[in-house]
Amino acid sequence: MHIPDGFLSTPVWATLDVVSAPAVAWVARRAQRDTQDNRIPLLGVMGAFVFAAQMVNFPVGPGTSGHLVGGALLTVVLGPAAASLVLTAILVLQALIFQDGGVLALGANVFNMALAGVAAAYLANRLWAHASRSVAIFAAGALSVMTSACLALGQLLISGVPMTGGVLWASLGLFLISAIMEGAITVAAVRAIERLNPAWITPQPATSRAVAAIAMAALVLVVVGTLIASAAPDGIQRLTMQGVDSVGWRARTMAGLVGIAMIFALCYLGGKLKSRRRSA
Amino acid sequence: MHHLVIDRWSRGSSSLHQRDPRAKLAALLVFLVVLSTTRPGAQWAFVAYAVLLILTANLARLPILGLASRAALVLPFSATFALLTWWSGDSLRALALAEKSFLSGTAALLLVGTTPLTGWTAALESWRVPRMLILVIQFVYRYLFVIAEQVQRMRWAALCRGPKQRGFRLAAGLVGVLFARSWQRADGIYHAMLARGFRGRFVPAPPAPFRSSDALFLSTCLAGCLAIRMLL
Amino acid sequence: MSRVIQIAGLRYRYPDGTQALDGIDFHLNSGESVALFGANGSGKTTFVLHLNGLLRGEGSIEICGMRLADGTLEQIRSKVGVVFQDSDEQLFMPTVLEDVAFGPLNLGLSPDDALTRARTVLKRVGMAHAFERAPYHLSAGEKKRVAIAGVLAMDPEILVLDEPTTFLDPPTRRDLLSLLRSLPQAKVVVTHDANLARALTSRAVFFDQGRITGQGDVIEIIQRFHWEYS
Ligand SMILES: Nc1ncnc2c1ncn2[C@@H]1O[C@H](COP(=O)(O)OP(=O)(O)OP(=O)(O)O)[C@@H](O)[C@H]1O
Ligand SMILES: [Mg+2]
Repeated sequence: MHIPDGFLSTPVWATLDVVSAPAVAWVARRAQRDTQDNRIPLLGVMGAFVFAAQMVNFPVGPGTSGHLVGGALLTVVLGPAAASLVLTAILVLQALIFQDGGVLALGANVFNMALAGVAAAYLANRLWAHASRSVAIFAAGALSVMTSACLALGQLLISGVPMTGGVLWASLGLFLISAIMEGAITVAAVRAIERLNPAWITPQPATSRAVAAIAMAALVLVVVGTLIASAAPDGIQRLTMQGVDSVGWRARTMAGLVGIAMIFALCYLGGKLKSRRRSA
Repeated sequence: MHHLVIDRWSRGSSSLHQRDPRAKLAALLVFLVVLSTTRPGAQWAFVAYAVLLILTANLARLPILGLASRAALVLPFSATFALLTWWSGDSLRALALAEKSFLSGTAALLLVGTTPLTGWTAALESWRVPRMLILVIQFVYRYLFVIAEQVQRMRWAALCRGPKQRGFRLAAGLVGVLFARSWQRADGIYHAMLARGFRGRFVPAPPAPFRSSDALFLSTCLAGCLAIRMLL
Repeated sequence: MSRVIQIAGLRYRYPDGTQALDGIDFHLNSGESVALFGANGSGKTTFVLHLNGLLRGEGSIEICGMRLADGTLEQIRSKVGVVFQDSDEQLFMPTVLEDVAFGPLNLGLSPDDALTRARTVLKRVGMAHAFERAPYHLSAGEKKRVAIAGVLAMDPEILVLDEPTTFLDPPTRRDLLSLLRSLPQAKVVVTHDANLARALTSRAVFFDQGRITGQGDVIEIIQRFHWEYS
């Protein structure tokens, strides 16, 4: 979900611009450090690939189809730093040329998709790698989309875009469906790529699972924190949205938590099933 | 395709096209910030912003309708939220959402419609945006068209071999092959770079001088935006 | 006549096990043009990628009297200009002028000198009208010209062209041919086009499964291998 300009209140977009700018600089340094020169064209072409791959329709059920979002796929192929950088480049082009996402809101969109989304994909992939490749990649796809969407929703709410309980639940439901779809599509795409040449999927470097789990918990806290904060009354905001019946923070937080918990549960079950089948 | 039209626009020769990209980018940011902090309901201010944009588009000799229809790409998203807001009883805010997002989109289009990609990426670079990010942006843009065309050809090829071919696996296979081709293309590009003496570092082009006409342009924009913001 | 390319016993195996080159001996004299024929997959492109050290197989390669090794790689790359089959891969910079200036900048020229040289060679290949154009807006023929300009800007002694006429219509082929004939460099031309080879080269080499199975006068080779479809 790309947030256009005009939706976020000034403190929100300004804060996120200020947070994202140094983060992108850091990511760029890291990406430069761990990549050889031959990766510069690779990163660019992979960005164009994601753009183009989004045009391929994946039929899911009668009459409906989804498409790849690609953050998790890039993370699995290029590693987190390079994936963040490529997604940032895509977001810049989308904001300026394709009218998809705002320019002032670029910080927010970069934060949601290129930073938090990639972090979620990376951590999920590490966290479930022991269970099975497919579960790990499914989790990476699903959680990256869920994280980005929840953060965007939270930021909109904090900015005072009003939503009734029904709408909120409906959007969270939609997010959940897109998250599951992205997970499934990413798994299918990674499998197809691996069949052509397994060397293209970079092996994950060894970070301990405990660290990954803690980082993941931190990320969930950020997402949930955003949702909670979005319910906390902000003086100025309140004044401008008089009469708006905002949903209590409990409901919002619950909704966010439920979505994330469901994906966790799904991945957990998937992992269990897979490892049981393997040991059987 | 959308970005090809913008590309064509950006190669125009109006006086706005000739302004330094840094001045235009700065003017865009000023406009967006001013717009973003305008309170909902200040309808005259929004009208004035629109007039400002139309004047600028005129100066740039860009088609107003073409600009507006492209900026309208944002409207489905805005309209959804505007409706929700309306629904919850805040019609001023609802209107402001649509107005702000549409005007912001038009302003961004005015920048890229008068500045080629190399121009605004150079401006970003002079503002110390990491070089690596700039290079990736340029490469993505360069190969966007090539790879999107490839997708189109592959889809046609799949269609020719069976009009009803739809399926999750088929789509995944398509993405896999597209990936493989992209990877090989990246290798090819790298070879071509090495063949022409690439040694791991792009030699950046020297920046063009910032002229007094650029400064004048920027200060006019600044004055115009602030005047509207304060007076209306 | 001096030898600009001297190759003996070149072998190369791709990482997946394909033996693409299996003992190639080859030479080229200065100012000479030679055509490389061979079926699809016979190893021509793989061979071409060895001429400036993009791929490194076993065997010895000498370019302009220099043995190809890590230390001479840079010099050799400036002597051997390769024009790749796919122009889209070769033209990666945002504008035509910048693309042609890419090589000279890498050679260490100052930005101004590099741009001047780029303008000169673009005029030479008849693309003076396209300095600020983006490469993806060009036609296939124009792309090929710019790709050749990008290589000429490095001032090479040897030009290597991998299937230069694919995607080009007959008039564009004719123009390209006269451009190539006007260039003084020694040339290695990979092609399936017997007419182009006859018009441009005097000698031909025939590849088959990673080996050279015949060489000699172009016309004689074309006849010997029935390398024409009429
Ligand atoms: N990157 C690669 N990895 C593995 N095998 C390859 C690779 N590139 C080429 N090959 C194989 O090496 C052999 C020689 O290929 P090459 O591209 O050199 O042929 P060619 O003579 O240029 O063919 P064409 O006329 O089709 O261009 C072929 O069998 C091909 O399948
Ligand atoms: Mg070939």
